[in-house]
Amino acid sequence: MSDTTAVPEVRVREAAGRRPAGGGMADHPLVQLTLVRFREFVREPEALFWVFIFPVLLAAGLGVAFRNRPPEVLKIAAVTAELAQSLGGEKLLDVRQFSYAAAEEALRTGKVALMAEPGPGGAVVYRYDDTNPEGRTARMLADRAVERAAGRSDPVPASDRLMREAGSRYIDFLVPGLLGMNLMGSAIWGMGFAIVDARRKKLIKRMVATPMPRHYYLLSFLLSRLLLLVVEVGVLLGFGVLVFGVPLHGSLVDLMALCVLGSLSFCALGLLVASRARTIEAASGLMNAVMLPMWIVSGVFFSAQRFPDLVQPVIKALPLTAAIDALRANMLQGSSLAQLAPQAAILGAWLVVCFTLALKLFRWR
Amino acid sequence: MPEPAAQATLRVRNLRKAYRDVVAVDGLDLDVRRGECFGLLGPNGAGKTTTIEICEGLTEADSGEVELLGMRWDTHAHELRERLGIQLQETQLSEKLTVMETVRLFRSFFRCGPGAAEVIALVQLEEKQRSRVGGLSGGQKQRLAIACALVGDPEFLFLDEPTTGLDPQARRQLWELIERFKLAGRTILLTTHYMDEAERLCDRVAIMDHGKVIALGTPRELIASLGAEHLVEFSAGGAGRALDVSALDGVDGVRDVRAANGSVSMQVTELHRAVPALLAELARQQVPLTELRTHSATLEDVFVTLTGRHLRDE
Ligand SMILES: Nc1ncnc2c1ncn2[C@@H]1O[C@H](COP(=O)(O)OP(=O)(O)OP(=O)(O)O)[C@@H](O)[C@H]1O
Ligand SMILES: [Mg+2]
Repeated sequence: MSDTTAVPEVRVREAAGRRPAGGGMADHPLVQLTLVRFREFVREPEALFWVFIFPVLLAAGLGVAFRNRPPEVLKIAAVTAELAQSLGGEKLLDVRQFSYAAAEEALRTGKVALMAEPGPGGAVVYRYDDTNPEGRTARMLADRAVERAAGRSDPVPASDRLMREAGSRYIDFLVPGLLGMNLMGSAIWGMGFAIVDARRKKLIKRMVATPMPRHYYLLSFLLSRLLLLVVEVGVLLGFGVLVFGVPLHGSLVDLMALCVLGSLSFCALGLLVASRARTIEAASGLMNAVMLPMWIVSGVFFSAQRFPDLVQPVIKALPLTAAIDALRANMLQGSSLAQLAPQAAILGAWLVVCFTLALKLFRWR
Repeated sequence: MPEPAAQATLRVRNLRKAYRDVVAVDGLDLDVRRGECFGLLGPNGAGKTTTIEICEGLTEADSGEVELLGMRWDTHAHELRERLGIQLQETQLSEKLTVMETVRLFRSFFRCGPGAAEVIALVQLEEKQRSRVGGLSGGQKQRLAIACALVGDPEFLFLDEPTTGLDPQARRQLWELIERFKLAGRTILLTTHYMDEAERLCDRVAIMDHGKVIALGTPRELIASLGAEHLVEFSAGGAGRALDVSALDGVDGVRDVRAANGSVSMQVTELHRAVPALLAELARQQVPLTELRTHSATLEDVFVTLTGRHLRDE
C-alpha cells in the first residue's frame, strides 16, 4: 500500500477550520445532490437504455408493423401492344405485355390477376378467376381503362378525396401514448429504485445525520427528473416527427408544460410508492402493482374508450389516462392548455395528494 | 466515578430504549469530557449502537436525557448537526460516485469546514480521489466514511465500530488517524468490541452489557480493578485423574480461580511466584499438565470477570 507513508499534519481545526464553503453555486447542497442523481443515472447503462432507447425502439417497431400500406397496384398481362397502351391509362394497374403463352402461364401461377387479349371484331376478352377478389377488381379497372381509351366519358362526374393525412394513422396515436408511458415509467422507477436503494444502504439515515435540509433531498430527485425529461421527451418526439412525420399541431410550450406537469405527478406517485419500503423487492412489487393496470387501461396502445362505460370514470381519473389524453389532444388536435384544463386538474390533484401523503409517510432511516 | 456536570460535553442520564420485547438500553448514564476519547466497549447486542444513535439524534429514546455541547436535540437539532461528525456502523456510500464527489457532496451540507481535497488528504485517499467508491478496499471505504464525518470540522466525533471487519494493517492505519484527531483536541465517542482498540485509543472506557454500563474508568484503572496483573490459564489431568481445583485457592499469589470446561483460569499478582507454586501443587496432586498459557490482564479479562462471558464469541 502506498498510502501508509507520509502522514499529513493535522491542521484542520486550527489553521483551515471554520471556513465557509467556497466555489459558489456548485457547492450548494441542492446542486450537489442533483449532480449526484445525475451521475448515478448516467453511470447506469441499463437505466439509460430503458429510459432513452427502449421507447424509440418500441415506437419504431410498432410504427413499422402498423404502418399504412400504399394502395395495392394490381398486375395484369396484355397480349398486344395496343391493349397494353390503352390499359396503361389506369394508375391502379401495372400492365405488362407478354406473349400469349407467357401470359397464360403468368395467370395460372398467380403472377398476374388478369390477362387481356383481343377478341373478334375489335372486342376485348378478359381472362381471370372470378372467385378471386383481385381478379374481379382487375376486371373492373381494366374495362374502365379500355372504354375510356375508346372515348367513353363518365355520365356522372365524380372525384376522390383520400383520407391519408398525418394525424390519423396508428403511429400518430401511438407516439403520445408512448410518451405518457415513458413519463410514468421513468419517474416511478427513477424515484422508487433510487430512494429504496439509498434507504437500504442506510444512506438516507447518513444524510439525515448532517445539517442537510430534508426537502433538498426530495427536491433533488424532482430537479434531476425535469432535466432528464428534456432529453427524454426530445428523443422520442424528435424520432416520431423526423422518421414518421408525427404532427405537432398544438403549441410546443403547452406540450412541454404538460410533460412537466405529468412528470411531476408521476414523481409524487413514485415518492409515495417509495416512502416506506425497505427492500428493492417490496418496492418493485408495489411499483408494478401501480403501473401495470395503467399500462393496460390508460390507452397507451389502443383507445381507453374500448372499456365498458361503467369503468370509464375510474379510467379517466387515472394520471396516465389524463396525461395521454392531454398529450394526444395537444399533438393531434392542437388543443390549447385551457381546453385541457380537466386533464391538467386530474394531474394536479394526483401531484398534491401523493406528495402530501409521501411527505407524511416518508421513512427517513 | 460521578463527575461535575459542567465538565461534560456529552451528558446522558437514565437513558432507556426498548424495541418491542428487547430492552436495548436500560437506564444508562454517561459523561464524556471535552477533548477526551471515550470508548463504549461491549459484546454484540449490548446496546452500543442504540446508545450512540440516540446521542446523535437519529433514534428517539423512550425516556432519559441527552445534553450535547450544552444543547438538546429537541431545541437545537440543526445547530448540533453542524457541529457533529458522524460515522454510522452500516452506511454504504454510493458505489457509482468517486471519492471526491462523495466528499464534496457531504461538504456541501455544512456551513463551515475544510475543503474536500484537504479532508481527502487527511485520510490519505489522495491517490484514490478519482476512483469510484465501489472499487475501494474495506479500509479505504472506512477512511472515506470518516472523511465524510470530518467535512464539517466537527467538535464532537461519533465513530460506531470504525474498524470492525478490517484486516490488522487497515486497523492500525485507522488508529493512527483517530489518534491524530485526538491530538487536534476533538472529543470522540467510539464503540468497539476490540479491547486492544479501546486500550490503545481511549482515555476512558465504559463497558456495556445488556444495555447497562457495568464498569467505567481508564483502561488502566479497569485492569487494575482486577487486582491482578496477569492471567494464567491451564488444562490439567485426564481420564481418571481429576484436579482438585479448590486446592488452588491457597497457592501463593493467586487471587481468583475459575474452572470451565476442563480448563482453569487464575488471576495472579506475581507470575514468578504463582507459576512454580502451581506446578508444585500439580505435582503434589499427581495430575499431569497438558496446556499452560499466561498473559497480562486486558480489558477482555475485566469483561470476563464481570460477566463470566467473552466479549466476542468466536
Ligand atoms: N431497529 C431495531 N428493531 C428491533 N430491535 C433492535 C433494533 N435495533 C437494535 N435492536 C436490538 O437492540 C439490542 C441492542 O442493539 P444494538 O445495535 O444497540 O447493539 P450493539 O451493541 O451496537 O451491537 P453490535 O456490536 O452487534 O453492533 C439488540 O438486541 C438488537 O437486537
Ligand atoms: Mg452496533
